[in-house]
Amino acid sequence: MGDSVQLIKHVELYVNSSATPSQQVASVDAVAALLKNDLLTLDALVREMEMYLTTTDSIVRSRGTLLLAEILEQLTSKPLNSTSIHSLIGFFTERLADWKALRGAIVGCLALLRRKVDVGIVTDSEAKAVAQSYLQNLQVQSLGQHDRKLSFQLMDCLLDRYPGAIRDLGDNLVYGICEAIDGEKDPQCLLLVFHIVESLARLYTGPLANFAEDLFEILGSYFPIHFTHPKGEDDDVKREELSRALMLAFASTHLFEPFSIPLLLEKLSSSLPSAKVESFKYLSYCSTKYGPERMVKHAEALWSSVKDVTYISPSSTPSTESESMGGMSFQDSEIMRHAFVLLQEVTRQHADFVSLVIADNDIHVFINSLNQYKEFDDIPVLVKQKLHALGHILSTCAKPSVELCNKVFEGFFPLLMDGFGLSAAKPSDNVECKFGAIYLCTELLAASRYLTLSLDNCTLDPDFSRQTWHVMLSNFSKSLEKAFIALLRSNVADNAESAYVYFGVKGLQILATFPESFLPVSKSIYDDILLELVSIVTSSGSKTFLWTLALKALVEIGFFINKCPGSGKAASFESIVVEKIVSLISSDDSALPLSLKLQAVFEIGETRKDIMLRVVQALDEAISTKFSEVNDHGNHESYNMIVKLLDTYTQKVLPWFLEIGGSEEIPLNFALGIWDKMETSRFLNVNPLQIASGVLGATMTAMKSAVGSCSKENQEIIISKAFGILFSSTDFGSPGFKSGNDIVKEDELQQTNNNVGRDKWLTSLFASVVIALRPQTIIPNGKMVLQLFITSLLNGHVPSAHALGSLVNKLPLEINGMDSSTSFTLNEAMDIIFHSFNILGNDGSGIDFGSLRLNTLRIQSAINTVVGLAWIGKGLLMRGHEKVKDITMSLLSFLTMDGQDGLPKQFQNLIEVSDEKGVNQLMICAGDAFRTIMSESEECLNRKYHANVRPLYKQRFFSTIMPILISLVVKSESSFVRSMLYRAFAHVVTETPLSAILGEAKKLVPLLLDCLSMLRKDVSNKEIIYSLLLVISGVLVEKTGQEAAVENAPGIINQLTDLTAYSHMTAIRETAIQCLVAVSQLSHTRIYPLRTKVLRATSKALDDPKRVVRQEAVRCHQTW
Amino acid sequence: MVSGLINANPVVYEKKERRTRSSPGDVDEYAVEQIDQLEIFDHIRDIKDPEHPYSLEELKVITEDAVEVDDNRSYVRVTFTPTVEHCSMATVIGLCLRVKLMRSLPPRYKVDIRVAPGTHATEAAVNKQLNDKERVAAALENPNLVDMVDECLAPSYE
Repeated sequence: MGDSVQLIKHVELYVNSSATPSQQVASVDAVAALLKNDLLTLDALVREMEMYLTTTDSIVRSRGTLLLAEILEQLTSKPLNSTSIHSLIGFFTERLADWKALRGAIVGCLALLRRKVDVGIVTDSEAKAVAQSYLQNLQVQSLGQHDRKLSFQLMDCLLDRYPGAIRDLGDNLVYGICEAIDGEKDPQCLLLVFHIVESLARLYTGPLANFAEDLFEILGSYFPIHFTHPKGEDDDVKREELSRALMLAFASTHLFEPFSIPLLLEKLSSSLPSAKVESFKYLSYCSTKYGPERMVKHAEALWSSVKDVTYISPSSTPSTESESMGGMSFQDSEIMRHAFVLLQEVTRQHADFVSLVIADNDIHVFINSLNQYKEFDDIPVLVKQKLHALGHILSTCAKPSVELCNKVFEGFFPLLMDGFGLSAAKPSDNVECKFGAIYLCTELLAASRYLTLSLDNCTLDPDFSRQTWHVMLSNFSKSLEKAFIALLRSNVADNAESAYVYFGVKGLQILATFPESFLPVSKSIYDDILLELVSIVTSSGSKTFLWTLALKALVEIGFFINKCPGSGKAASFESIVVEKIVSLISSDDSALPLSLKLQAVFEIGETRKDIMLRVVQALDEAISTKFSEVNDHGNHESYNMIVKLLDTYTQKVLPWFLEIGGSEEIPLNFALGIWDKMETSRFLNVNPLQIASGVLGATMTAMKSAVGSCSKENQEIIISKAFGILFSSTDFGSPGFKSGNDIVKEDELQQTNNNVGRDKWLTSLFASVVIALRPQTIIPNGKMVLQLFITSLLNGHVPSAHALGSLVNKLPLEINGMDSSTSFTLNEAMDIIFHSFNILGNDGSGIDFGSLRLNTLRIQSAINTVVGLAWIGKGLLMRGHEKVKDITMSLLSFLTMDGQDGLPKQFQNLIEVSDEKGVNQLMICAGDAFRTIMSESEECLNRKYHANVRPLYKQRFFSTIMPILISLVVKSESSFVRSMLYRAFAHVVTETPLSAILGEAKKLVPLLLDCLSMLRKDVSNKEIIYSLLLVISGVLVEKTGQEAAVENAPGIINQLTDLTAYSHMTAIRETAIQCLVAVSQLSHTRIYPLRTKVLRATSKALDDPKRVVRQEAVRCHQTW
Repeated sequence: MVSGLINANPVVYEKKERRTRSSPGDVDEYAVEQIDQLEIFDHIRDIKDPEHPYSLEELKVITEDAVEVDDNRSYVRVTFTPTVEHCSMATVIGLCLRVKLMRSLPPRYKVDIRVAPGTHATEAAVNKQLNDKERVAAALENPNLVDMVDECLAPSYE
């Protein structure tokens, strides 16, 4: 009987009130485990525990009962035989009377009642016995919070799982429940209470009838749910949750209707906005549940309440985009939104409700009174809000069904037409503009359109023709259309952004987007509308507001047409709109600026893919005609047009095709087309230079994005075509070119100016292609390409440098295929590059100065080399190639070439030979090369153009280059060299992510300060100084940076105070002062001595010429 | 000081919308933006009233029009209107204005603070007190007064 002893020990431990809760839990677990593993039977357990369950010591007894109950809770999935369940439930039922051991009894009952069918459940009669005992013995409201919750759970469980068993308890049960829940206040319990009421009402409509009033009296007092102590300990029960539970309880039975609806209506007049919102929410929910018959008698009260909130005292606020929406866009308050939901609900339920709205005299008076306002601006805001609400009411009423639509049209349409000054008989052209009528008309039209669309989808052949509203609309559609058009024509002259225009266009748009089967808007009307809108779009761009609206309407109509392709309307859209708009591109009439034309064309094109294809075709044609115009006549105007056309291509058309996917022919054809043009036009007459470079730039960007969006195969097609044209049609292949004898070549080229232009074009375009290639694309004849770029780079052609950078970034490291003759590897390429730039691979000195001397005659070409090296270095760095080190070393040697003793003698010659200024320029250029390496570029080597980008490449470069730069700075003697090194340093630092800098902050801060003081001497460095200041401010704000800053506080403050008087750039002064504010957060013992200095500087800054600086100075003065 | 509030129930006006200055993209780097009425008003509009949690702007103690400024002659005059005629806080308000402008304007400026004519019982006395350098300096050596002034100025630095 070792088990038994152990068992008793567990039980003792649990019963003992001095044991800790965790020990008690452990003992429950232990016993439950015994039972689960069949080491102990339930019977044996009960027998062992007999003493604890029946003792007269109430504390021990309650603990014992609870232990048994909790053990049962753990056994929910263990099958038990019916006799043990029977005896246990009987025991617990009995115990419900024992108020001293109550908790255990409730928990036990719950555990048993919740059992699943397959593991043995409590029978109906036993459940009934539980309920009876419950009703007889439990005084729920006299219990503590936790016990109350448990007992509510028990009742809930009974109602949920044994409705049949306890049904015949009848009145007794309902009465008992009423008693139990009366006066409950705890949110968690309330949640259960509401649920109990809901299930009760659902199950026992019969007995409930007598108690409905009492029950509702208890429930109703909770409405609206409102926590008086918002920060209670029961934050886990949300207000919304409770409110929803209560709403379900409210709507659970129609028996509550006589009590609930009046209560809710009454609460609408509460001053608490949340109460109003709740009431509307409850009302709409209840009215769906109670059904129309019961709600009829409240209809009038409901309407008046809705009217009160939405129409009599509207609480909407003008929304932010009100201006562009014709001044009639309002943001409804929450109350109004819920009121409209109610209105929609009620109208949908019983159609008669609408007659209340229609018969409402106030509305008629209001509509008539609207006619007194001649001008939109005369209408007071309140009236506008009312109008908005009324429009919403009418459209809500008309939307649900045809009958309702009929009624609303009957009620209001004639009135509105009168207001509009229209008659069915003869459409007249002179319309008096009554804004109210126009607004309501568009709202009504929109509602009826919504209705037809929704019916169009569900039934095959909706027959509207006999419906009243249909007839009315047919009678008036012609005159309405006339009226709207007249609005557009008449009023635009007066007021560019008038609300009339907005609603005129809107009305036309609605009329045009009725479905095809809808007869009142005949095809002729539709065509008229389209013609009108198109004529607006094509005629003039001066009335921007009208123009944009009309275009937008056309686009909307276009999208709508897409839903029913092949119909007559689609055809006329095609013939009227698309034809006309697409022809805009090629037409040369100057009424409309080209940018607007392009916008219109593109937006119309967006509506459908085949339209876009036509647009693209037209664009292509336009581009090619412009090109030939340029060639033939040198027409300057055409240059700008080409730029705009190309920009549209790159910025809109290509991304659009990328987004919808699929057709890759577009970019492919575009790129090939341009190369065709290049091939056919031998001479490009590009003068003057600025315009030409604009065109070239635009063409290059277009080419890059076109190539970039192609796949590998198509890119190969493009590049081979380009290659063919490039090398066949020119003298690029000539030996003179290859020898690298660029000096001679250049002279030659200068003589034949035309050729320069053409070569430049070809090379640039070819560079653009190369830049945008994918890494997988194979470049034919790589060596020649490389040579070409190198030579043109030495002539100062920057795109070639970009292309070289891209090449080294993307070339494969090894080649798997056989055809190594056509493609070549990165290493080969690097060899060629290093050879032609005379850089010796692993030699630290970097440059073979002997051969450099050849070039020294032209400092310019050295500069070009530096630029090229920078881009190549960037390409290598981004793919994480080690050769980047050689490149940086040679760049650094350019930086430090100012008379160092470690350098060869030839170099001294260089300085003598070339002028000082040139060398300086070269060094500055080398410094700037570091920015090229570190910064992001729009031109090339970015993700759009498929560059290989290793993560954290900037950090890596930063950590390798920094020690070298620092040591060089320390070694350098000449101040100029040092300033150049600082220049490079500044570029690297400013482009490095802040987190990397913070890690090194202690070392960097003094250098940064030196750097600032050095660079400050030259005005041209102001941009660099500004970015350095931003770095410093970043350091100052971060925690780790602050530690470094504290050590250098005097230095930092000295520099910053000096910069507050930097006269060349406002932003520098402003940032310097902001940094001073940040410095004030450092430890006071360090900075206090400097206070007077800062104050002196800021008080000077108070008199700064710029206002922003003065404001910052005031703030800074205050913090110090 | 007086127990209870001097004006227990002041009229609170709406704040005027902040005028943001139009900043064209290509401003001349070296052009001088003169100190003007609005800038001065921006400095002082948020000063808190000594006895209410409202700003001087909300109580219409100061308005933009009450600021006269001449940048070239380095001269500013602020005319303020106490909420009630016998307001003993007038001097404190004036002191706040003076301190705030002293701290916010370049030292070259001469600041003149005065009560609007006919709005205060002891107008002349207050004006004299506020523009007497010695008395202002003395007042600023009184720790209680300095605390009070600082409290009123606190919101205007945000």
